[in-house]
Amino acid sequence: MMASAFQRAKALPVSGKVGLALVIFWLAVAVFGPMLAPYPVGAFVAYDVFDGQSAKHWLGSDYLGRDVLSRLLSGARYTVGLAAAAALLASTTGTALALTAAVGGAKVDEPLSRFMDMLISIPSKIFSLVLVAAFGSSLGLLLLIAAFTYVPGNYRIARALAVNLAQMDYVQVARARGEGRFHIAIAEILPNMIHPLLADFGLRFVFIVLLLSGLSFLGLGVQPPDADLGSLVRENISGLGEGALAILAPAVAIATLTVGVNLLIDAIGFSGKGKGR
Amino acid sequence: MAGASTRSGMSAALTLIGKRFASSLLTLLLVSMTIFVIAQLLPGDAAQEALGQSATPEQVAALRHEMGLDRPAHVRYVSWLAGMVSGDPGQSLVANMPVSEVIAERLPNSLLLAALSALVAVPVALAIGIGSAMNRGGRIDRALNIVTLSMVAVPEFLVATIAVLIFSVKLRWLPSIAMASSDMGWGDYLRGVAMPILTLSVIVIAQMARMTRAAVIDQMDRPYVEMAVLKGVAPVRIVLRHIMPNAIAPIVNAMALSLSYLLGGAVIVETIFNYPGLASLMVNAVTSRDMPLLQACAMIFCAAYLILMLIADVTAILANPRLRAQ
Repeated sequence: MMASAFQRAKALPVSGKVGLALVIFWLAVAVFGPMLAPYPVGAFVAYDVFDGQSAKHWLGSDYLGRDVLSRLLSGARYTVGLAAAAALLASTTGTALALTAAVGGAKVDEPLSRFMDMLISIPSKIFSLVLVAAFGSSLGLLLLIAAFTYVPGNYRIARALAVNLAQMDYVQVARARGEGRFHIAIAEILPNMIHPLLADFGLRFVFIVLLLSGLSFLGLGVQPPDADLGSLVRENISGLGEGALAILAPAVAIATLTVGVNLLIDAIGFSGKGKGR
Repeated sequence: MAGASTRSGMSAALTLIGKRFASSLLTLLLVSMTIFVIAQLLPGDAAQEALGQSATPEQVAALRHEMGLDRPAHVRYVSWLAGMVSGDPGQSLVANMPVSEVIAERLPNSLLLAALSALVAVPVALAIGIGSAMNRGGRIDRALNIVTLSMVAVPEFLVATIAVLIFSVKLRWLPSIAMASSDMGWGDYLRGVAMPILTLSVIVIAQMARMTRAAVIDQMDRPYVEMAVLKGVAPVRIVLRHIMPNAIAPIVNAMALSLSYLLGGAVIVETIFNYPGLASLMVNAVTSRDMPLLQACAMIFCAAYLILMLIADVTAILANPRLRAQ
């Protein structure tokens, strides 16, 4: 298993290797980052605000004189963790509904697909803004809002895959054998759509990272004292005029994370399609 | 007979377009219901919020009545929808003036920004898309693929930040805050909005170039192109004379689809540059929980999105030779 994963990684084109390295790097940062932080997240440790790079502060200091590197390591955990959880929730919900539609017949499929088509025609950022205005933006709600926004996209792809598979001979055989709908959905159809679904999960993750950091950037996402990478960009926006590292570092961090995932998915070669940002 | 068959083909296409248009309208209606339901699910209500905690229940009830909040939800929905259609989506709670006036002030700014960004993005995206399709599998194509693939995933505010760093901090060519007002001349206006346009274009170009490349490559694999190659037609001529006429519709389709990225991008870009447009207005409405204003802005964005999707589908229908030739 390990050996085959290693073989596969070695067979990737250069862009895919870069992508994989970035993904592994950010996963590691999300897990271990806060332990490696040189200073406490909220501590005022520098005498100057918007300090440049120095030996004491590798990424300088922020608008209150806090250590940017420490805040970035902690912010990455919020960004990666929230987005991964939301993408997982969106994918499992969308796929579960898609399987229900595929084995449930037209009576289930028609209304469900109509509803999802309607939701997909609301631009994701606009939809999430309305949801945030109505419900607020605690961490739990943000997770649910991001997941809910991207369920329809996953549903559309998973349904297309599942409906195709449901027509295959081996599924017809299972049906003739008298297998129940649940068994057909889980044991016959689902295993054969895992690969494209994984690629779609990666895409959802990218969309959700961009959505959540966009919301945080607008001040409508993760609220202080918690801070994800988007909040770090927002709180240091006054440093933009002097080109502060404090604003550039978190923005570049988000970009390397999302670009990494994108490069990896592209190199693996299951190009899913769906609603973008 | 050719004339008759063309006519029936056209009418078949028209029927399809009519159906597509009707389904867009139906979707818009359903979207309006969804937005209304979500926006009205508020834990507190607007009357309570407007009066604050110290208000007596009688005061709240009186204001609720005045604002029409004591009517059943479906009645409120119908009157809101009727207001939206007739151009009067209610009263903005925060600005204390009609939503239509607040929006009328901002909408032209956003439309202008979108139009100018599209004007920049379309030719650049076409050049990149066609260029990399002609170089398919080559070095330039692979490099452009990596660049556009990365740009698709870069957050808008990073593009904006880098643009500000380069053009206003280092080079000092452009102001870092967008300035737009009616009394400005065109030159000043363009200087003021250059940065938002640049940022929005970069976001759209990446997506548009990828889709243009796909549309052109789809044509390249057709037998008629192979025929032209075997005849010895020059590559540039193949693209311009043989492929482009057939790829126009898929490219227009791709343009319409990727222009929808402007809608989401505008939310961030208008805010970061302080541009007085509809998207920054909507963000303010979220912050102040000004629901009538928010609902109206959301509906305008959804309508714009549906119009772009409609254009994309209609070009696809018109381009389908099976429909034209039926």
